[in-house]
Amino acid sequence: MDFSYSDEQQMLQDSVQKFVYSQYDFDTRRKIIKSEQGYSTEYWSLFAELGWLTVPFKEEDGGFGGSAVDLMVVMEEFGKGMVIEPFLATAVISGGLISELGNAEQKETMLAAIMDGSLQLATAYAEADSRYNLASVGSSAQKQGDTYVINGSKVLVLNGPCADKLLVVARTSGDKFDRSGLSVFVVDAKADGVSSLAYTAVDGHRAAEVHFSNVVVSAQDLLGEEGNALIALETVVDRAALAVSAEAVGSMDCLLKKTVEYAKTRKQFGVAIGTFQALQHRMSEMFIECQLARSIVIMAAMKLDTDASSAEKAKAVAAAKARVGRAMRKVGQESVQLHGGIAVTDELDVGHYFKRVTTIENLFGNTDYQLARFASL
Amino acid sequence: MNADFTAEELKFQKEVQDFLKAEFPQDIKHKVDNGIRLEKDDFVRWQKILNKRGWVAPNWPEEYGGTGWTPTQKYIFAMEMGLYGAMEPVAFGVKMVAPVIYSYGNEEQKKRFLPDILESNVWWCQGYSEPNAGSDLASLKTTAVRDGDHYVVNGTKTWTTLGQYADWIFCLVRTDSTAKKQEGISFLLIDMKTPGIKVSPIYLLDDEPEVNEVHFDNVRVPVENLIGEENQGWTYAKVLLTHERTNIAQVPNSKLKLRKLRDLAARTSDGFGGSLLNNPVFARKLAEVEIQVLALEYAELRTLAAVSVGKAPGPESSILKVVGTEATQFIDELYMEVAAYHSLAHVPAQFTEGFDGERVGQGSLANSANVYFNNRKKSIYGGSNEIQKNIISKAVLGL
Repeated sequence: MDFSYSDEQQMLQDSVQKFVYSQYDFDTRRKIIKSEQGYSTEYWSLFAELGWLTVPFKEEDGGFGGSAVDLMVVMEEFGKGMVIEPFLATAVISGGLISELGNAEQKETMLAAIMDGSLQLATAYAEADSRYNLASVGSSAQKQGDTYVINGSKVLVLNGPCADKLLVVARTSGDKFDRSGLSVFVVDAKADGVSSLAYTAVDGHRAAEVHFSNVVVSAQDLLGEEGNALIALETVVDRAALAVSAEAVGSMDCLLKKTVEYAKTRKQFGVAIGTFQALQHRMSEMFIECQLARSIVIMAAMKLDTDASSAEKAKAVAAAKARVGRAMRKVGQESVQLHGGIAVTDELDVGHYFKRVTTIENLFGNTDYQLARFASL
Repeated sequence: MNADFTAEELKFQKEVQDFLKAEFPQDIKHKVDNGIRLEKDDFVRWQKILNKRGWVAPNWPEEYGGTGWTPTQKYIFAMEMGLYGAMEPVAFGVKMVAPVIYSYGNEEQKKRFLPDILESNVWWCQGYSEPNAGSDLASLKTTAVRDGDHYVVNGTKTWTTLGQYADWIFCLVRTDSTAKKQEGISFLLIDMKTPGIKVSPIYLLDDEPEVNEVHFDNVRVPVENLIGEENQGWTYAKVLLTHERTNIAQVPNSKLKLRKLRDLAARTSDGFGGSLLNNPVFARKLAEVEIQVLALEYAELRTLAAVSVGKAPGPESSILKVVGTEATQFIDELYMEVAAYHSLAHVPAQFTEGFDGERVGQGSLANSANVYFNNRKKSIYGGSNEIQKNIISKAVLGL
């Protein structure tokens, strides 16, 4: 048994850590969020240059290897800096779908463009009332000769406002909750009939609600087999759930560290508040949560890198997301409470970590959803 | 044992309900029901309506404009207001500074300040906390040095809620630096227009400038603005804190929020063709908080019953602050769970009056994450919940 990183993983961690530490301080991040794009194109190019955008992809697709442990390494460090660049939306989710479903030509053109930093993507799968059920899709794609006509509305399209192309999950057959009949299409973000309402989310990331009104795509824009996309979508969303869980481990470590530092320096009643046993125990509990979160994310990442059955993998991710969800609620709330008023202000980073982990809790299946899923698997 | 209302009390309840239906402005109700941000004018307008009826300050002695109600009537009034969604009058004047003025101020001060508080002509804010005096409030460092007919005030106050609207601020200031820390503090009223005062906004997690820092740079305050005696301010402030704690449990508000939450959950898809309200895990969580609020309501009623036979609300009332704030915060979490990813958009413009653009998310649920973030303040302000537990440990349990 060996939980240490390989030399390559260690180098990867060092490189992301160094970037976050030296180039991604809180004020820089704030400026990036307020910029027109909402992410730094300069940093995105740097990510490409340093090879980070290849991490989610298999060697045969030209990637770094595509292991979940590698992805965990990167995401944890991103979590420490609350990195806002759309790595998750473009590379992990959209790139993941192309890798799972795409034909040789689609992979060659799009994956290469993701990895060299020239293509921004967003995946439109969630709908207003689908909640976390990936099979609940009302949007339709009707075959008409050599084309498909897409109609429907999507919500929470992460990176939607910046995407060149959208990967749209639509129903080519069956009823709303059917597990079969889902297909994925590559749609130009500027295509006729695509309209979107862009917004900034509470954690500073950009997203959009996107409407498709008689959007015509060709049969070549179909990703994978018609009607057979659900398994791939579940695999990719689980990978995203693992990725944000790893990100949360990084963010929670920062919250714990900052809270402990603050407790050592903040004086009330003539002493550092960290000398109060009632508060010491609460920070000890935060530490326990951080450790359990880290442990279960490592478990899940390792499981995804084995050839276990897809049900076992799904169960591992459900366990990780549910357990990390509980940890995020506790560590987030306690960090704010122990800091007091200063942590409910916009000026301190603690509140922003709190907002990011709260967002993560709500993405890709919240805690209750993943608990129920674990129980059912 | 009996928790029923008498016939007269039921009649009074009906009277309050009828009044609210007839007099609470429709446009303000629309804002409250839809989570649209309230402006200064909304508070002022509603308080003037309440004052016309003589109902602004149920807790004041009748001679200054109180209602002369029994504790049960006060409870009924607060409950009906909360359940209807009608705002309580802004606390800083009515609940915070006024009791200090009528208890410890001179006749001149009572005449000068109390009528304008009732009529909402003057907006007050609170100058207590400082950057280095939070839970340990008595360590405050803002000084007031006597210079002829004036005090010269220097220092910084913080967490001044809605200080941007304020005409006056009531402050705890240090007038004797040599005394024990609680004994050198005075209670001073300061006109916000006095030269040397600077108000800088502090943006909270929902990006709203709800609180402020107030800086005092050689601010000259006439000595007649001192309340009571010099160096007795801490005693007065403690009295104020017990008044602040009335309705701190926020039971009516929580009940209203729970009722709306139940409706929303019934209309929210669980993603599999059913409603979230029928999801056993969600239903159980909702039941847990409903039960907690019910227990809290009876804890508050017992406190009230004790007050009505002449006992002062004791340190037990710290329970109301701890449980009340935790219950509202848990309700906020449930709203966010109902909203799921619809809670994540940060779209404050949608929650201001007159917004007519395209809306992200689903109605007021789109604000639920921001509400959750913002209300984390509740377990921090008004004496943090940790301080309340210290009070229970020391003053109730004798530890």
